[in-house]
Amino acid sequence: MKFKTKTSPFYNSTSNINGVMLQVLYALMPGTIVMCVFFGWGILFNIVLAIVFALALEAIALKIRNRPVMPFLSDLSATTAAWLFALTLPPLVPWWIVFVGIFFVIIVAKHLYGGIGYNPFNPAMVGYAVLIVSFPFEMSQWINPNNELFSFSESFSFVFGSEKPEWDAITAATPLDEIKTGFRAGAEYSAIAAKSAYLQNASQNTWLWSSLAFALGGAWLLHKKIIHWQIPFALLGSLALISSIFYLISPTNFGSPLFHIISGASVIGAFFIATDPVSASTTPMGKIIYGACIGILIYIIRTWGNYPDAIAFGVLIMNMAVPLIDYYTQPRVLGHTKKGQKNKEHLNKGDSL
Amino acid sequence: MSVVSKDVSNKIQANISSDVQRSEKRKLWKFHGGVHPKFNKEISNQSPIKTATIPSELVVPLQQSMGAGAEPIVDVGQQVFKGQVIAKQSGKLSATVHAPTSGKVTEITEKLIPHASGLQGLCIVIECDGEDTWGEHKLVSIQDFENTEIDVLLERIQHCGIVGLGGAVFPTSLKVDSTSRPNLNTLIVNGAECEPYISCDDRLMRERAAEILQGIDILQHMLKPQNCIIGIEDNKPHAIKVFEEVCANRNNIEVVAIPTIYPSGGEKQLIEILTGLEVPAGGRPRDLGLLCLNPGTIYSIYNAIINGEPLISRIVTATGNGIQHPQNFEVLIGSSFKHLAEQAGGYTENADHLIMGGPMMGFALEDDTAPIVKATNCALFISTEELNESNSVYSQQPTLPCIRCGKCMDVCPVNLLPQQLYWHIRAKDLEKAQQHNLRDCIDCGCCSYVCPSHIPLVDYYRFAKMEIREQALATEKSNIARERFEFLQFRRDRDKREREEKRAAHKAALQEKKAAAKETGTADKVEDPKATAIKAAMARAKAKKLERQQEADAVKASTKDED
Repeated sequence: MKFKTKTSPFYNSTSNINGVMLQVLYALMPGTIVMCVFFGWGILFNIVLAIVFALALEAIALKIRNRPVMPFLSDLSATTAAWLFALTLPPLVPWWIVFVGIFFVIIVAKHLYGGIGYNPFNPAMVGYAVLIVSFPFEMSQWINPNNELFSFSESFSFVFGSEKPEWDAITAATPLDEIKTGFRAGAEYSAIAAKSAYLQNASQNTWLWSSLAFALGGAWLLHKKIIHWQIPFALLGSLALISSIFYLISPTNFGSPLFHIISGASVIGAFFIATDPVSASTTPMGKIIYGACIGILIYIIRTWGNYPDAIAFGVLIMNMAVPLIDYYTQPRVLGHTKKGQKNKEHLNKGDSL
Repeated sequence: MSVVSKDVSNKIQANISSDVQRSEKRKLWKFHGGVHPKFNKEISNQSPIKTATIPSELVVPLQQSMGAGAEPIVDVGQQVFKGQVIAKQSGKLSATVHAPTSGKVTEITEKLIPHASGLQGLCIVIECDGEDTWGEHKLVSIQDFENTEIDVLLERIQHCGIVGLGGAVFPTSLKVDSTSRPNLNTLIVNGAECEPYISCDDRLMRERAAEILQGIDILQHMLKPQNCIIGIEDNKPHAIKVFEEVCANRNNIEVVAIPTIYPSGGEKQLIEILTGLEVPAGGRPRDLGLLCLNPGTIYSIYNAIINGEPLISRIVTATGNGIQHPQNFEVLIGSSFKHLAEQAGGYTENADHLIMGGPMMGFALEDDTAPIVKATNCALFISTEELNESNSVYSQQPTLPCIRCGKCMDVCPVNLLPQQLYWHIRAKDLEKAQQHNLRDCIDCGCCSYVCPSHIPLVDYYRFAKMEIREQALATEKSNIARERFEFLQFRRDRDKREREEKRAAHKAALQEKKAAAKETGTADKVEDPKATAIKAAMARAKAKKLERQQEADAVKASTKDED
């Protein structure tokens, strides 16, 4: 009798890419809900638009590249990247901004480099970086969550229509913006904080609550072993450490470590952005170095750079260093000495027999 | 201990020998990674080992050990008896092959052997007569092994063609040769049997514990280890219980239940679990004063010494949903897989695949006429659905690109970076793959098992290892060729040089002569050597003549004087 042949292992576990991506999407839920509660329909519009554009562009790119469409479309990687990208956008940005961003996420950062698995740079952050450089005005219009939120139809007409809201009346500077402009104007940290609506009232602090919600999602990913602990902990740890050092030196001129961690995108960046497996370091030690360097870069750019937040630039800069980090941080293999060399003493004796 | 450095030796002492009191529970270590597939052992381990019938024909491959194939010493048409040597060991890693039953040799030819690539190998075909008679080939029993010289026992083990039955088929006589292992610290019995579906060691340990124990006694007599550990995965509670009972009054044998995790039965992994020590890369357990043996191998040692029977049969698990009655069988070496399936009630409609070994490290056979060999621990007849049951989408989903998620790295038992190896091998950068310690990979398949992109990672590693081996071989060959060529060149140059030197010396001598002649003024102009020679000869003749003349004159003068 003849049998079918294959190569071992014949067994395969239940894991697959869309399963991994689905867990990431689940983990994004709490943070997304918090942002929707504070910022209204605009966030949902961003996410839906981004996913629709992303899937359409992904399908076109796969078709052009002669790749099977359905297996890749259903791997949920485009959906996840689009979702993460959408969360970086302020609510009520016009639809074409979302489109331009997604074009860079899917076409430039992903498919021009060879599609899933081959992108050296984090696609969502490439899209964000392009937008923040190209459309700084639109990209900084975060509406004031303490105002009354717009209705669905109002939001719809802002996103798709030519009508624009009275930006000055409805937006508010984010804490990172406040502190940047405040320090530029020569104010002290305590004075800036005293004036800030966000920092004065914890229940109103969107960024605090969304950070907590994203941390919850991050804990889920750690529990599900989708991400490793090294990158988030190293990133937040190094950010806390470096901000503590400067805060201790001069509490009037620098933000507190707590401020740096809960304001802006530090937490979502640590658990969801920097942990993108394709573009991040892959060795255990490499992940610590990679995460820690991003944390330091975030602090440097926030404090002395031109941009209020710096997750994107921190991540993109470190993406470039990944091959180098990975090469020099190979873990010790069983039976090898710490330096990664073979235990020559034993080897020679073993061979002599 | 000569082969172990002092600090390692101390560590061994601390890790192994400190717990002389057996009441204390042994501390167990963990190896990196590992996976928990569905083990499915209950399918085959419920009923006792059954002796398979003698088939009408046996196909006995000559290569059944790590090394070269044995040399046939019987002729076609010759009557052979059970236990008769039909092929002699040729080379250190080779093993003797015996006739598994009595009958007539009908063919010595290339036949299909169980091999991942469906290769053929030289086999001796025996038409069984059904008598199953030993003739005079049964060896004498060595009951009193304790008073027998170790060399005699070793010779017996070698003669009986015993190889490691865990699958590696390394000649056991080399492993248990105490001259190469002056101070054995611990003998480890590897009863982990971590591969899914396989239960041959489990059943053997349950049913023949006393025999295995006697085998251990023989080894203890031969090797004098300080202690002995029997490591059994805790999903085999029966086997653990049986051994705990038979070893109850043995102080130097310890039965240890180890957690069930694949691949705990890997030699290096089991050693790490039991002792916390790492076998040095490229080294052997003996470098740490340890020796690992499979219970099946130990049983064969018992059989060889006590019963005088060579290795002509083994326990094989016949399992999976492709056969009617999955069970363990004691099968003659050389029986076909088809014969085994018949013993197990025949095929069901689910027999899509035939896998020799387990689903993690075994290999698929295309044809069930291939013979069962010493390395065959399991024949898994299984449907495609059953293999894919663990993942319903696997059959439909194509292989996707690597997303570097690192799951493979988390499960690698030797702590490699499988994802990096994969990238380098895909890029055909074998040098980088070697720098990432590809040669430490044990082919366990954990990485492929967990890969969410379903990349056949192990295939890449196998390919790369083979490629590296071939490259090394090619380099060696070209090195030899180059050396030869260089020597030829050197020889030619040397001959040429020597010839030239000779000529030059000759020339110089002539010139000197000429110069000397010039000085003395006997030759004004340049003459050719021939003429010179003639002249010289003439001169010599003249001188001789003159001499003779003078002599004659002198004689004349003297006679004159006498007168």
